[in-house]
Amino acid sequence: MSPIGPAARLHIDWTRCDGRGLCAELLPEALTRDDWGYPLAAPGRVRSGADKSNVPVTGAELAAAMDAVKLCPLLALRITRP
Amino acid sequence: MSADTAVAVGSGGNARTAASRLFAAGANAGHAAHLAAYGAMPHRGRGWSLVQELEASGLTGRGGAGFPAWRKFAAADLARRPNRYARRSGGPVLIANGAEGEPLSFKDATLLRNAPHLVIDGLLAAAQALGAGSLFIYAGADEQAAVGAALAERGDAGHIALVEAPDAFVAGQASAVVNFLETGRALPRDLAGRLAESGLKGRPTLIHNVETWAHIALVACYGAGWYRSAGTAEDPGTRLVSVTGDVPSELVLEVPGGSVLEDVLSSAGVRVGGVGSDAVSAVLVGGYHGRWVRPAGMVLSAGVGAVGSVRSGVIVRPGAGVLHVLGAGRCGLAATAGMVQYLAGESARQCGPCMFGLPALADVMTRLAAGTGGTGLVREVERLAALVSGRGACHHPDGTVQLIHSALETFADDVRWHLAGQCNADQDPAVQGVSGQGPADPAGQGVAGQYPAGVAQ
Ligand code: SF4
Ligand code: SF4
Repeated sequence: MSPIGPAARLHIDWTRCDGRGLCAELLPEALTRDDWGYPLAAPGRVRSGADKSNVPVTGAELAAAMDAVKLCPLLALRITRP
Repeated sequence: MSADTAVAVGSGGNARTAASRLFAAGANAGHAAHLAAYGAMPHRGRGWSLVQELEASGLTGRGGAGFPAWRKFAAADLARRPNRYARRSGGPVLIANGAEGEPLSFKDATLLRNAPHLVIDGLLAAAQALGAGSLFIYAGADEQAAVGAALAERGDAGHIALVEAPDAFVAGQASAVVNFLETGRALPRDLAGRLAESGLKGRPTLIHNVETWAHIALVACYGAGWYRSAGTAEDPGTRLVSVTGDVPSELVLEVPGGSVLEDVLSSAGVRVGGVGSDAVSAVLVGGYHGRWVRPAGMVLSAGVGAVGSVRSGVIVRPGAGVLHVLGAGRCGLAATAGMVQYLAGESARQCGPCMFGLPALADVMTRLAAGTGGTGLVREVERLAALVSGRGACHHPDGTVQLIHSALETFADDVRWHLAGQCNADQDPAVQGVSGQGPADPAGQGVAGQYPAGVAQ
């Protein structure tokens, strides 16, 4: 993460996501998957206690993040402000 | 102030009304009794503002989160003013939330049955201040009759809709209430933090717990200065608490802000403090989403300010006002495991980490309580807790994690016993642990153990 902070945040709507993991494939640096397949911020990306439903993404990742938003089959993702 | 001024209202509803603010009109108060006790709502001049008065009163929400009540009020007030960002569609919506999904809480039901007119007054005062058109009281099945009768017996409340809340833990979450009013499904929503700006059908929506509305009525009627004449500077006014568990009888008390927990418990007839009166092992403060504490030295306060200047003590936030007493000799880990099982069953099963993570946590906590698991159990609890917290549409996972963390902390000695395959609750001290040395540290973390002789409490 750049010292000036994330370019944007990727919001996960947990009420829609079914954990198939397409987003984690598109954004391997930003997302891994938890025990059940749901997207999880990559280690070190969010501090404990920080907002885990809005994962910070860098400028270099922004295009891939927008792809994930478009391709998520359940419309569970959106870009929010940093 | 001390809890000595507390007013006991049995769940049957026989109020002793002397020092009570919320039950001053007596048990099952009709409108006539209400008016006799509180008077009619005064007419205020142009310069008077309810939101400013609420801010000055220091009233915090009584539903659990404990945020300053005026903030949501101000946000709804701002949102109702036309601006170029907001899509305007009707005036603000006001909701009195009496769903009380928390199984240990019955103070809201007690309030609705005994003092429904205060809740109605709070809604009407706010409706006037905000120009609100749609007013709702959302209450459980058992309170429908009392609230319905109260609405029917006064001439100014015909536009308040009474809605029956489903009996489910998360049905009282603010966004679940709004969802229910819109769709008939009481499920929390994603990104629901801005109900005051865009809630029911996109309208500014002000939702407060029913007890909060009753206090709003008092502030509207008597002003902030009067409101602050009870409680402490950090935690003004009074609050209702539901006292449950290993107590002589379960009851609702009205206690001043900043009350000493042990005083409140002794008002409820629980033996605490002093030699040989160790009837209490721990108290779960705030309910299933709350935290376990040892009562000694604890002060109930929603305020964050330094309480040391008023009295020495450690602040514990009252949350939804539940004080659940765990009697001496009971196993706190077993009690917690049962609660986590319940909470896992109450997941609305919308969000994966909650739907799968809570049952996984319940399973590990149950193994820990049974003393049958391996030594890695605590680490596994921590790992799962980190996985579920903050990853849901509502705070259900976070509340569950808070309960578990407080149990691991408060019952740390018991955790070590359990990992060694023993539970020392409910056993005669003479039969076990006579040497005063506990089991060797099973987690292998080298914590040299001087363990309590016999019963950990
Ligand atoms: S692509 Fe969408 S549905 Fe699939 S795991 Fe990611 S957020 Fe969830
Ligand atoms: S976090 Fe759990 S309880 Fe809350 S909405 Fe999601 S599934 Fe339901």
